[in-house]
Order: sequence, then structure tokens, then C-alpha cells
Amino acid sequence: MGGELDLFEGSGTRPEDGAWTIAAVTRRSRQLIEAGFKRLWVRGEVANFKSYRSGHWYFTLRDATAQVRCVMWRDDARRVSPGPEEGLEVFVEVRPTVWEERGEFRLHVKRMIPTTTGGVWELQLQRAKEALLKDGLLDPMRKRPLPVYPTRIGVVTSPDGAAFRDVLSVIRRRWPIAEVYLAPTRVQGEGVEVEIVAALDLANRIPGVDVIIVGRGGGSREDLWAFNTEFVARAVAACTVPTVSGVGHETDVTLTDLVADLRAATPSAAAEAVVPDVGSATGSVGELAQRLARSLTRRADLGRERLERTGDRLSSGIQNQVQRHQSRVTVLAGKLDALSPLKVLSRGFAVPRADGKVLRSVRNFAAGVSFTLTVADGDVEAVSRASEDTM
Amino acid sequence: MADRKRAKAIPDVPVSFGTQLKKLEQIVRALEDEDLDLDKAIELFQEGITGLKSARALLEEAELTVRSVVEAADGSIKGRDVD
Repeated sequence: MGGELDLFEGSGTRPEDGAWTIAAVTRRSRQLIEAGFKRLWVRGEVANFKSYRSGHWYFTLRDATAQVRCVMWRDDARRVSPGPEEGLEVFVEVRPTVWEERGEFRLHVKRMIPTTTGGVWELQLQRAKEALLKDGLLDPMRKRPLPVYPTRIGVVTSPDGAAFRDVLSVIRRRWPIAEVYLAPTRVQGEGVEVEIVAALDLANRIPGVDVIIVGRGGGSREDLWAFNTEFVARAVAACTVPTVSGVGHETDVTLTDLVADLRAATPSAAAEAVVPDVGSATGSVGELAQRLARSLTRRADLGRERLERTGDRLSSGIQNQVQRHQSRVTVLAGKLDALSPLKVLSRGFAVPRADGKVLRSVRNFAAGVSFTLTVADGDVEAVSRASEDTM
Repeated sequence: MADRKRAKAIPDVPVSFGTQLKKLEQIVRALEDEDLDLDKAIELFQEGITGLKSARALLEEAELTVRSVVEAADGSIKGRDVD
């Protein structure tokens, strides 16, 4: 790109004499010029303006020492209305080129901003916007959610302005729990951007600050200008807590608005957006109170139920125990019965006893000894006649 | 009154309503969902009641604080009451 022109060689030279064709030289010129320039913003005065039926515009831009032909194609021209008047000073965003058929140097105009409608501002705004866009600061994904119940609210505005009064009255009415910390600054006048940026920085460093409102009341375009500067917009973007902008009236949209986490139409609207309503917060508390009460009733019901269940299990447990013991008693009684001496007597055996003792040996039976003989159905009084040793 | 106008160190952030509400929410949810023993449940319930009272008091007694901040020579931030 932009290489040196070789005067004797090139694809466009005629074979017979080595000279360039007109077409080749104009094409090469166009290529060189288009490669050598980026898009430019140019300031000049419109002359010889002509709008063709096709919708394309042709005119000259000039200043005190030079002039250049310009063309603006229909699609670009359509965005500017009405067309510029003769002698109007404008900013144009252009791409320099060569119209090959005529060998004419000219500017392709993409955008036109008349200086009379704040062209200087508009130009600066466009530049700042592009710079912010390039750095991703206008990305909607950057936008952070606001805290639901803010406690400490930073406000960056003039202490004497209507904006601050409006913000205070909204917050006092809706959310008086809040603490408002004003980082005071002028909001219009020479060099005010520096002050606003310093105030933003200050607000951002307030310990425990939850959210920052930045803004001012309505005013002329010039009055609001500071909020359209890249400097202020970048300071808003640099805040570590969410920011809400409220600059001017509904129709004013500034660069600060585009960078802030939330754009509110006015300072009052910004305050409305930042704080909840004390009524709805009271409602939330009431709801929790009801749930708390219900949870205890439910727990009591649960406890009662559990107690009843335990009672049932207890009584059925006792019944089981009793039954187990009963059956054991029956078994034991059977065993006892089997072992009873009465059972043995019924088979024909008898038990002799004297003085409460059982007489087990012939030695107990000396002649004339009285004893009681127990048989199955009663006792018999008896006397021993004689005894003899067995074996 | 003159004293109120002097710039003072910025006090700690009071316990926020949001934090209080979140804590209450946790208590209520624990009581609703969890199978707590009765002692623990009663303890939580009492904590909930205290929390409710203080949240309500916060809402009812609130009076907006407004301060203007300045940066002191040592770089610290001070606040002055604004009427």
C-alpha cells in the first residue's frame, strides 16, 4: 500500500511506447489516495450545492485558500435533512478518492453536521462516543443491577441546584432509611468537567456507598455539555458501584447516560429508580411476619401429632410385654405341674413322714414308731411293727 | 448546632434493611422447611420476632440523613450534615 510510483513500469503501460494509459493512471491515483487516507472529519463551507433527482448530492467545500469537489450518495444524504444551504459551514466525515472517468480528486461524504446546530459539539460527541465504544464502555453487558435496598447513596451534583432538591425530596418521601452523601460540584461553566470527575471519584470512595446518582437539571445544550465529554463519561464508567444518571429533561441523552448502569430521564427519576418504596418494604416485612407465625403453628401441630403417635406406640408396646409374660407363665405352670410330687403319688407311691421329716431309711422305722403316710388322696396314721435291715 | 456543621469522619454503615430482611427470610425458611428440634425452633422463632421488630422500627422511625462530603488534607473523606 502506498508504494512509490514507478514511472516506467506498470500494468497500465502501453506496449508500444511504455507510456501509461489515462485509465491506468487515474485508477492508480485512486488506489493510492484511498489507501493513504483513513476517514477524516473536514470543516468547510458549502458551495455550488446541487441535489439530483437520483437523490445524490454534489457540491464544493471550500475555505479561504482551497476547495474540493464532494459527492454524498443518496443513502447518506437521506440522513441529513434538509440539504445544506449555500455558504453553510459544516463538518463532514469523508473518504478522499479520485473519480476516474474525470480524473477528478474529490471527497465522498458519509456524514454531514452543520456547525450552526452545534456541529462542534456533535463532532466531539461522535469522537468521544467512538472512543468509548472502542473500549467497550457502551456495552450493555457492562450494566450492573442496582441494589434493592440501598443504605448509603452518593449524589454527584450541584448543592444549590434543583436537581439535588428533587433527589432529596424523592428519597425522603420514599426511602428515608437512606443516607444521602452529596459530593458537591459545579455542573456547568468553564472547566467544569474536572470538578465533576473529582466529585465522582470522591463519591466512589465514600465508605460503604451502595450506588451513585450523577446529574443535573435541565438546561441548554451548552449547559449540559460537561456530561457529554469523554472525560466525565469515563469517570462514571470507572465507578466501582452502580451508577444512575439523570441529566436534564426526558429528551436529553448524554454520553454519561450511555455509560451509566441506568439512565433515568431526570434527576427525580434517577432517585425514584435508586430507592424502593417504604410502603412496599413494610409489606415485605408483614409477609415475613405472617410466615413466621404460620411456621410456629405448623410446628406445634407437628409436635402434637408426634406426641400422639408416640403414645400409641407406648401402649401397644406394653401390651406386647404383658402377653409375652403371660405365655411364659403358662409354660412354667406346665413344668411345675409335671414335677409335682402329687403326680408321683397318684402312680401308687406313698411318703412316710414323722415330725415333718420324710422317713427315707429302715433305720427310721424302729418298732412302735408312729408316722404319717401320705398317699395320693390323703394321709394315713401308721405305726411300725418291726424293721429289719435290708441287705 | 454549629457542631453539627463541622465535617466529621464518616460513620460505619448501619446494618442495612436489606441485610435484616435477608436474615429474617432465612429464619422463616429454616422454620418452614427444616426438621428442627423444638428448642432450636423456638430459639429461631424468638430471633425472628426480634428481627421483625427492629426491621419495623427501622422503617417507622427512619429520618433521612443528608451529608456533604469533602476530602480532608490527609486524603480521608469527611461528611458535614446538611439541613
